[in-house]
Amino acid sequence: MGDIVSVVVWVLLLSGAFFLVTGSLGMVRLPDVFTRMHAAGMVDTMGAGLTLAGLCVYSLHDGANLVAVRLVLVLAFLWFTSPIATHAVAKAALSGGTTPYTVRGAEAGGEVDDRTGAAPEAARKAPGDGERGGGDTR
Amino acid sequence: MFAVAAAAVLVSMVLAMVRAALGPTAYDRVLALNNIGAKTVVLIAVLGFVNGRPDFLDLALAYALINFIGTIAVLKYIEYGDLGVGTPRETGTE
Amino acid sequence: MKHAPWLWAILFALWLVLSWHFTPLFLFFGVVTCSVAVFVAMRMAIVDGESLPVHLVWRAATYVPWLVWEIFKSNVRVARIILSPRIRVDPSIVHFRASQRTDLGRFIYANSITLTPGTVTTGIVGDDFEVHAIVQEEIDGTEENVMNRRVARLEGEVA
Repeated sequence: MGDIVSVVVWVLLLSGAFFLVTGSLGMVRLPDVFTRMHAAGMVDTMGAGLTLAGLCVYSLHDGANLVAVRLVLVLAFLWFTSPIATHAVAKAALSGGTTPYTVRGAEAGGEVDDRTGAAPEAARKAPGDGERGGGDTR
Repeated sequence: MFAVAAAAVLVSMVLAMVRAALGPTAYDRVLALNNIGAKTVVLIAVLGFVNGRPDFLDLALAYALINFIGTIAVLKYIEYGDLGVGTPRETGTE
Repeated sequence: MKHAPWLWAILFALWLVLSWHFTPLFLFFGVVTCSVAVFVAMRMAIVDGESLPVHLVWRAATYVPWLVWEIFKSNVRVARIILSPRIRVDPSIVHFRASQRTDLGRFIYANSITLTPGTVTTGIVGDDFEVHAIVQEEIDGTEENVMNRRVARLEGEVA
């Protein structure tokens, strides 16, 4: 295979791997389920997307073929289902009584939560202990 | 080069599994589980290329759909307490 | 019911791509399977412009690449947050007002918000979107306004 194609595939696969590992690291490091959802979204969008794009470029090197079409289909299914699953988790967590982690004092400006009824009082009584408060869900 | 990608997927799966094991709430675990499923889809695709036989992509397709449905089913069970139809949201949550 | 032929054609194209056998037997199986699937879907009364937005496909051709670029940018932003030695997140729930007229447009907008890391739609009441943002200052509304307008344009006149 050509050098340029090889380089493109390497770049796509490595950046996809970067986003996969970073998103998973975020799932371990971030404080609560709502912030972890963003990290999980990273894995679902760019991690999977760039990796599959790399595979797609590699297989397209042999000319247009079914493998590339199927990779595009896999990616399309992933990208269609991922936000719905994420939203389902978020909705279930909210209605299940999980309180979103907030940094206290940052709620001064803007049109911020308070009329969601999603247990804002628990968010308010969380101690203002800086960035890594560990989440008030534990 | 595909081995590198497969290794990255495996590492990220281990990290997500750490979250699934630690996860204080059930929602953390469901989220991690859904994420592991998405990574499994990628892993199936990559492993096909590692073996030089990209025929497993159909499995990846089916896995993507089943993973989604499984996540939704687990969440519905957690939220409503059963998988029956027609449970209104207002009465099911508490 | 003009969407039923569309559904059938899409399903059959999917069948052809996934099977890639063109013997009469397999084509026959495909025709039968797609017909049964369309019949079941019609009995469930889910075949309409909402479940099968074929009228949006042409305008989506410009929306999707833009969305992918947005996803990439916000991915890099969230990656920077995660990889910083001390996690500095300031999550909060923000409310947006969506200007789409149809439920389908709102659905697309909500999913676009969720698909970009850093923002997750947690609830919709009418045209009021409840969005969880991982860093609140960065979500000052300008990008969401751009996305809002783009989705409204994507949604177009046809409902």
